[in-house]
Amino acid sequence: MTVATVPDMNPPRRKSFYKRNEIALTPWLFLAPGILFFAIYVIIPIFQSFNLSLYAWDGLGEARYVGIANYQELMTDRAFEVSLWNNVKWLAFYLLAIPAGLFIALFLNQTVVGIRLYKSLFFFPFVISQVVVGLVFAWFYNPSFGLLNTILGWVGLGPINVLGDPTMVTYGIIAAGLWPQTAYCMILYLTGLNAVDPEQIEAGRLDGAKGFRMLWHIILPQLKPATFICFVVTIIGALRSFDLISIMTNGGPFGSSRVLSFYMFEKALSEYGFRMGYGAAIAVVLFLIMLVFIAYFLFSMFREERGH
Amino acid sequence: MHSMLKASIAALATTAVLTGGALADGHGEKLSGDLKIFLDTSNPAPRATMEDMIARFGEMHPDLNIETTIIDREAYKTQIRNFLTANSPDVATWYAANRMTPYVSAGLFEDVSDLWAEEDIATNLASTKGAMTIDGKQWGVPYTYYQWGVYYREDIFNELGLEEPTTWEQEKANCQAILDSGRKCYTIGSKFLWTAGGWFDYLNMRTNGFDFHMELARGEVPWTDDRVRATFANWRELIDMGAFIDDHQSYSWQEALPFMVRGEAAAYLMGNFSVPHFREAGLTDDQLDFYQFPAITEGLELAENAPTDTFHIPANAENKDNARAFLRFVVSADNQTLINNGENLGQLPVNASSSVDNDEFLNQGFEMLSSNSPGGVAQFFDRDFPAEMAAEAMQGLQEFMVFPDNLDDILTRLESVRARVY
Repeated sequence: MTVATVPDMNPPRRKSFYKRNEIALTPWLFLAPGILFFAIYVIIPIFQSFNLSLYAWDGLGEARYVGIANYQELMTDRAFEVSLWNNVKWLAFYLLAIPAGLFIALFLNQTVVGIRLYKSLFFFPFVISQVVVGLVFAWFYNPSFGLLNTILGWVGLGPINVLGDPTMVTYGIIAAGLWPQTAYCMILYLTGLNAVDPEQIEAGRLDGAKGFRMLWHIILPQLKPATFICFVVTIIGALRSFDLISIMTNGGPFGSSRVLSFYMFEKALSEYGFRMGYGAAIAVVLFLIMLVFIAYFLFSMFREERGH
Repeated sequence: MHSMLKASIAALATTAVLTGGALADGHGEKLSGDLKIFLDTSNPAPRATMEDMIARFGEMHPDLNIETTIIDREAYKTQIRNFLTANSPDVATWYAANRMTPYVSAGLFEDVSDLWAEEDIATNLASTKGAMTIDGKQWGVPYTYYQWGVYYREDIFNELGLEEPTTWEQEKANCQAILDSGRKCYTIGSKFLWTAGGWFDYLNMRTNGFDFHMELARGEVPWTDDRVRATFANWRELIDMGAFIDDHQSYSWQEALPFMVRGEAAAYLMGNFSVPHFREAGLTDDQLDFYQFPAITEGLELAENAPTDTFHIPANAENKDNARAFLRFVVSADNQTLINNGENLGQLPVNASSSVDNDEFLNQGFEMLSSNSPGGVAQFFDRDFPAEMAAEAMQGLQEFMVFPDNLDDILTRLESVRARVY
């Protein structure tokens, strides 16, 4: 059985492949440069680090495959344990910048003469470089001429050597880090406070809310986006707390103020380091910790997007 | 007798002719082409010295196109790995002894044993040959070195009627007298760790001798060995006396200088590079003096630290002949006299035929190293020990200085590092 089909003498003009898929393709075309560079500079290095962490390599000779030996060594490495704990301390105490920033923002959110000047003075520490902040605090803590011991002397305390005492040193550096970070959170909250709806405050006031109840039930819910951003930048700031440590203590005394990023640098890239594989293993652990937060942030933003 | 004298004169004359010939050879032959030099001498004085030296070399060889790059001293330590593997210069600075090992074993430094076989270099540079040798070959040439020792406040010693100690008992008696006068015996800033390494070097070399110290550096002796413990026991005597300034773990070595300048501490175990700093701070040569670290174990030959800075030819260099000519020029007697004088580096020349600048501290250092260091000459803790071992160990040394009771823990930790590193 044969069916003779009459060929269509006038086929519709076939559009080009691009024209047919324009809607689907165009976004990808625009995204392409971004994806390309993100892949080269972020995604691929992540996998390279994973790979490198399975080798013993001094950066010069042949890399030798050692399996998970680097990770096994990490498990018994006390310096690593100290660094990990310091990272936890950083994450926990650095978050103090959020309530402190909120408090200062509420305090500054009023109209008096010269308030702009006060605001900029409070914002000042965020503008200066972390290196300068580190130096200033290192001098502040200095046991021979530091201001801290002078002040403690007035009330009959001290002297203490914050940066020379392994139990205090991390807290001392976190305190230095809180100074600019509080200013950062403050400015985020100040912009958030501008957007607070005065009518809701009015309504709350009519219902008899004031003081802390007003703050908790009326103001804070409206500041939720600002709080979220504060949380994000503070967590990120805590995890990359490298420069302050490097300036103030160089990881010391005897390694008690190191965090993972600093330990990784010391093992892989510093003067006496060049254990690339071991450094990569530390970096992988740090990445996994960050991944928890990154996943949470992405999830929150995704939920936010869908909500609208 | 007569013929012997004649023979000696003849021999001397031959040497003179040979040396003269070699010199003429080196200077007469005009070089051409390129010469790319990388330097880590980024501090102002050494930088000027090096630039001047290269300019003089350039004048001798007008057709030679010299390109000099000066890199920050700290940054250089990490960058050298990159430029030795790709885009090599023809000449690069570095440090002697174990610090060369990674590059020698990776085949990145050129074997320059041929230079060391030349009469002129073989005779005049013999004292530093050991520090440049790995596996029986030489991998570069030194250009300067300096002594370590105890720099002290002469006026404080005079005030208390103390003399330069030569034994450990005297040292401790002096220290007690200084402590009784309300001062500290030694200033030190151990924030960047290596200063504690200097103390360990001396205490260990004086307690157990140079050979033992080197065995430890090569990983042949466990850190938990009783002899190592003896070294720490001696150190502990000073720590328990309160000999060192408080809170030294918070200071860099420069930040520890004011304690001595203000007279709050009487002495500083340091390298000779600290002298210009003392002078700038206002100490005159009447107030500042130097003594060799005293003997501890009787009958042990004294040994010293004398870190040596060096020039090397990278294996991937393109103009190795020019580079060799430059190295010959660097170590030549006249150049060594010039670049190490007080107006330039202010350190000791490596060439035995050079003259040492007339400076109180250089003279004492030269005297000490040439006649009173029979045990041997070490480089420095972080140059003799492999980098990884040095990093962990210096951290342990700092911890020991702050918490001497942690010694057992520190030594066990170092022993496990030793098991892994070597």
